[in-house]
Amino acid sequence: MYGSKVKLRFLFIVIILITLILTIFLILKSLEENVVYFQSPTEIKLLSEVKDNKIRVGGMVKKDSISINANEVRFIITDFKNEINVIYTGAVPNLFAEEKGVVAEGFLKDRSVFSATKILAKHDENYMPPEVKTALEEK
Amino acid sequence: MLYSVIGYYSLILGLFSAIILIYFSIKNFQNSELLDTKILSFSFLQFFLVVISFLCLIFSFVLSDFSNETVFNNSHTTKPLFYKITGTWGNHEGSLLLWLLVLTLFILLFLIKTKNQTIKYKILTLVFQQIIIIGFFIFLIKTSNPFNYLFPVPEEGLGLNPILQDPALAIHPPILYLGYVGSSIIFSSSLAATSLNMISSGWASHIKKWVLISWIFLTLGILLGSIWAYYELGWGGFWFWDPVENVSLMPWLALTTLLHCILVLEKKHILTSWVIILSIATFTLSMSGTFLVRSGILNSVHTFANDPERGLFILIFLFSLIFLSIFIFFFFHKTNNKDSSSLFWLSKETSIIVNNWFMMYFLSVVLIGTIYPIFLDVLSSQKISVGPPFYHKLIIPFLIPFLLIMAIGPKLGWIKSKLLEKNHLILFLIISILISAIIVINFNSNFLLNTILVSSSLYLFVVTLRDSFNKKYKNISQNISHIGFSLLILSILLNNLSSSEIITNLKVGETLEVNKTKIIFKSINQKEEKNYKSIKGTFIIQNIDGIKNKMYPELRIYNQPNIVTSEADIKTTLMSDKFIVINLVKNQEYFNVRYQVKPFMLWIWLSVVLICFGGSMSFFKKKYEK
Repeated sequence: MYGSKVKLRFLFIVIILITLILTIFLILKSLEENVVYFQSPTEIKLLSEVKDNKIRVGGMVKKDSISINANEVRFIITDFKNEINVIYTGAVPNLFAEEKGVVAEGFLKDRSVFSATKILAKHDENYMPPEVKTALEEK
Repeated sequence: MLYSVIGYYSLILGLFSAIILIYFSIKNFQNSELLDTKILSFSFLQFFLVVISFLCLIFSFVLSDFSNETVFNNSHTTKPLFYKITGTWGNHEGSLLLWLLVLTLFILLFLIKTKNQTIKYKILTLVFQQIIIIGFFIFLIKTSNPFNYLFPVPEEGLGLNPILQDPALAIHPPILYLGYVGSSIIFSSSLAATSLNMISSGWASHIKKWVLISWIFLTLGILLGSIWAYYELGWGGFWFWDPVENVSLMPWLALTTLLHCILVLEKKHILTSWVIILSIATFTLSMSGTFLVRSGILNSVHTFANDPERGLFILIFLFSLIFLSIFIFFFFHKTNNKDSSSLFWLSKETSIIVNNWFMMYFLSVVLIGTIYPIFLDVLSSQKISVGPPFYHKLIIPFLIPFLLIMAIGPKLGWIKSKLLEKNHLILFLIISILISAIIVINFNSNFLLNTILVSSSLYLFVVTLRDSFNKKYKNISQNISHIGFSLLILSILLNNLSSSEIITNLKVGETLEVNKTKIIFKSINQKEEKNYKSIKGTFIIQNIDGIKNKMYPELRIYNQPNIVTSEADIKTTLMSDKFIVINLVKNQEYFNVRYQVKPFMLWIWLSVVLICFGGSMSFFKKKYEK
């Protein structure tokens, strides 16, 4: 019916299509697995269950809340409605200070304690992560 | 004050010269005579006007003329002269003026340097380039005028973000922009060539130089940014998959693919559509890079200033350019059917095409990871970020076939070939696997994956190294670049496998001992500098082997703006870097200390330099190979 060249070309197109679909599927799948959601202390308070996936918490560092010892840094993130205690072992960025915006990445222990694995640096004193901005504007 | 006025009006005159140039071009295009002295002099005038404008901005910075809003926002009288000058392009307005400067410079160079091409082609390239230039002139004058006047004149400026007061970052933007903007010439000329239906081998060897120039500068620009991030941000890493980094990687991937396609086009007159699409893609990605960084849409930790109106302008401009190029591509581009089907599976061009597809895949992974959070935010106002695991998972496994094809591909001939020296290749593969297994077994990590990864990059290294001593496969620039790439992957892998880190909080006088490494915090010294206060710590680090090292990490508290930066102290040796950085938490006695041992850091930088060096070698190639 068709020549072998046409068949070959058809096969080629089918293979390319399948690869394309597989690639897109693969990308979306791992996107789903590796996305880190951003939540404000209020959103955490309203969580129905505490999951053990990695999240980011953003807000302001509460005044007089930073305490430090040889192993860890503790502080409180607030969005002026609710707050959450953060325990952190690791290096802090330069602009980490009380009453400044902060984004911490890590895992929830329960609704009021967050164990951070990373605190994100910001390079501009006037800069505030968009997440924090919205969270603060909503208050 | 005076400089601002001169600068502003030369910008407006520059815009007019662009319009005049387009007018002349269209007029000349019809009679196609050698009237291009007029065009050349106007291009020169335009470049000259932009240079004047740029110099005026530099003078305003040097003289701390705070009646200029840009200077007021980004400078300060106590800032060292060097950073007053580099501060010119350390901000949005100045960096766009730099974009424009490079745009006009490149078209001028293009007109002067292009000799063996038709007048029509040169003129059409000029027209397309002038369309881009006009867009940037209007953008600059309308939304981001660097010469805005402030009244009353402030006494003192706000100062430059101290994190930008750094030698590497001072030259990073100009170099990166030479790469970004260099792709504009590729864009314009490939559109011109498409319209005139002259995409051919001859055109390929003519445009190859321009592709190489932008590619080298883009690579160097990314390298400088990476080095800066390594020592200035205090994270001890060199690549964070941050959106701002990703937007520079995307044009790089497109440009690298384009470079390889052009080589095939030069030899075999195939892949014409690829070349056109990639030329368009590279420039589009460079522009959207500027757009994403400057619009503040990206949720990045490096985001500097931002303004939605600017973003909208670039977006509209970008879409009109894309629309224009797609129109030209579909209406003027004619594919030659006769040679498109003659691909044989085992040949140099097939291996290049397969690896091009891999690079396109890497590009789409980076693209999706970068823009997906933006879309999700717009659609469902959910805030997310995509971290390194996403990129690692999707890119690393595919590096293996990529590296293997890179090793074997160059050994194949064009058109149809047989794989010679099979025994050698298999022997090398076995040796690479054995060596890698011996290396990797010392680290307790994923043995199988790491061995395969290390061995495939080692394989590329060994095979390419041998090729460079073999007359038959000798191709200096390609050999050097590919060796550079294999070294890059190899050193990144080994760096990842064997880096170690100690993070702790210490008071002055305290000692910490972890894993036989002793960290002694001896003392701190305070010192007043011109525009900052310095706090320098003295640390004694005692390694496993008992060797003592003194290290001096520093904190700088800048007056204007009031920002603390930490200057890491890095002891670089051939085999490994020792990296220490301190930070102050809330003026308490404790200092936050991070100490890292990072093997092969130097090799990461050197291998990128090697990649660039290989690229630049192909400029000299003709002289001794033909």
